Amino acid sequence: MSIRHGLLALLERGPRYGSQLRTEFESRTGSTWPLNVGQVYTTLSRLERDGLVEQDGEDEAGHALYTITHAGRTELRVWFERPVDRTSPARDELAIKLAMAVGAPGVDIRDVIQSQRRHTVKAMQDYTRLKAQALTALESGAERERDDVAWLLVLEQLIFQTEAEARWLDHCEARLIRLSATAQQPGAVVASPAAPRRVPEPGGAASLPGGVRPGGLPPGGVTGPRRPAPPHRRR
Amino acid sequence: MSSSSRSPQQPVLQLQQLTRVHGSGATEVHALRGIDLDVFPGELVAVMGPSGSGKSTLLTIAGGLDVPSSGRVIVENTDITTADRKTLAALRRRSIGYVFQDYNLIPALTAAENIALPRELDGTSARKARREAITALEEMSLGHLADRFPDEMSGGQQQRVAIARALVGDRRLVLADEPTGALDSETGESVLALLRARCDGGAAGVLVTHEPRFAAWADRVVFLRDGAVVDQTVRSDADSLLTGRTAER
Ligand SMILES: Nc1ncnc2c1ncn2[C@@H]1O[C@H](COP(=O)(O)OP(=O)(O)OP(=O)(O)O)[C@@H](O)[C@H]1O
Ligand SMILES: [Mg+2]
Repeated sequence: MSIRHGLLALLERGPRYGSQLRTEFESRTGSTWPLNVGQVYTTLSRLERDGLVEQDGEDEAGHALYTITHAGRTELRVWFERPVDRTSPARDELAIKLAMAVGAPGVDIRDVIQSQRRHTVKAMQDYTRLKAQALTALESGAERERDDVAWLLVLEQLIFQTEAEARWLDHCEARLIRLSATAQQPGAVVASPAAPRRVPEPGGAASLPGGVRPGGLPPGGVTGPRRPAPPHRRR
Repeated sequence: MSSSSRSPQQPVLQLQQLTRVHGSGATEVHALRGIDLDVFPGELVAVMGPSGSGKSTLLTIAGGLDVPSSGRVIVENTDITTADRKTLAALRRRSIGYVFQDYNLIPALTAAENIALPRELDGTSARKARREAITALEEMSLGHLADRFPDEMSGGQQQRVAIARALVGDRRLVLADEPTGALDSETGESVLALLRARCDGGAAGVLVTHEPRFAAWADRVVFLRDGAVVDQTVRSDADSLLTGRTAER
């Protein structure tokens, strides 16, 4: 995440000192990505080293003030114009977990999916409640309007991001059900669901469900051994 | 947690050990297998689940439009599975607002008439019913469509008229099956905000949706799979949310 460019954007609106930058950064983004003052000063000194900001006196209270340089403004403009890089995706723990859960002995991948789905949807409920509050604040015309709008955009980004995750989980579940249904069709080359699980021998293609590559779904389909149904109500 | 701790009140809707079997013999489908669900005044519950998991079946039974194979459905202290037809019809007109998956407007009536009809059947004067209908349409930003017929409106507009119809009057229970289906993201959201406001005002709501973003407006999200509740969320204190938890993601 670009603290550098965030600070440059704030400095473009006039000289600021360190802890003031921290406060403004957080009120724009609703403390979603908390900064400590140390990070702010480290970043400022790197920006200064790179000629993008410079120190420019003190305010009445003796805080060292920073201002953006011409090079800093150019850097900022380029940042706004350049899309955020998506070509080297960040490592995603959930994707790795599901990839590892496929065919893992003793793991019911549908349970993994459902417990994540509950967690993800719950996070969305919480974000949505904050969003409803932010909308109310905006409609009541509170004075710090620019910060409220910025905070709303950040919250909505979180909502859309978690939504994408929830949809992807739905998709994974449907995909796995479909694959295990195909695997169980008569004629498909597949071990009987009742057969004890065993590690496929090297090259033992005959024991693989139709179309699933080695290390894919276990012979019993995606659900694995039946488990007692969870209680209907958890209060 | 949310419902029991915050409301000593009676639930508006109680589903008890609800089952529904369609067909018989080899073609038997167990659409619902023992559902228990209480919805309290002020509570909005979202129901999610894969296609065919029983969501619409649950909602139509809760609204008295279909009968369960076994179990009880209690709406405001009346067991609608044993109520006589007259009681049921009155309850459906007066207490229950229903938004169908396919809007279900009466083609021969205008938007305003569609909304006013159940109120008039219930003894509200025609003038008052029309006034209420116009207000309900205005809440949906559809005031200008009051005198249009369903086939003169877009799908999304018809859907919002159907929602206005479900919300008009003092409905204690609002049941909505994919109410955002034909709506764009922003309009869908305004519908949810309205449903939310209605529940905040004391109604009980059940919302069936595939969209997690809309389900997130609910107090509780219930997950159905193969006709049974497999899991549910309750809402927590949002304030604790953004300190720490997201930072670790
Ligand atoms: N009238 C009927 N006769 C026979 N089977 C039915 C009938 N209505 C529903 N079903 C079956 O009951 C099951 C549950 O259907 P339901 O309409 O409740 O699903 P749903 O969760 O609403 O799905 P969707 O998300 O696709 O709307 C399905 O298997 C469906 O085929
Ligand atoms: Mg349905």
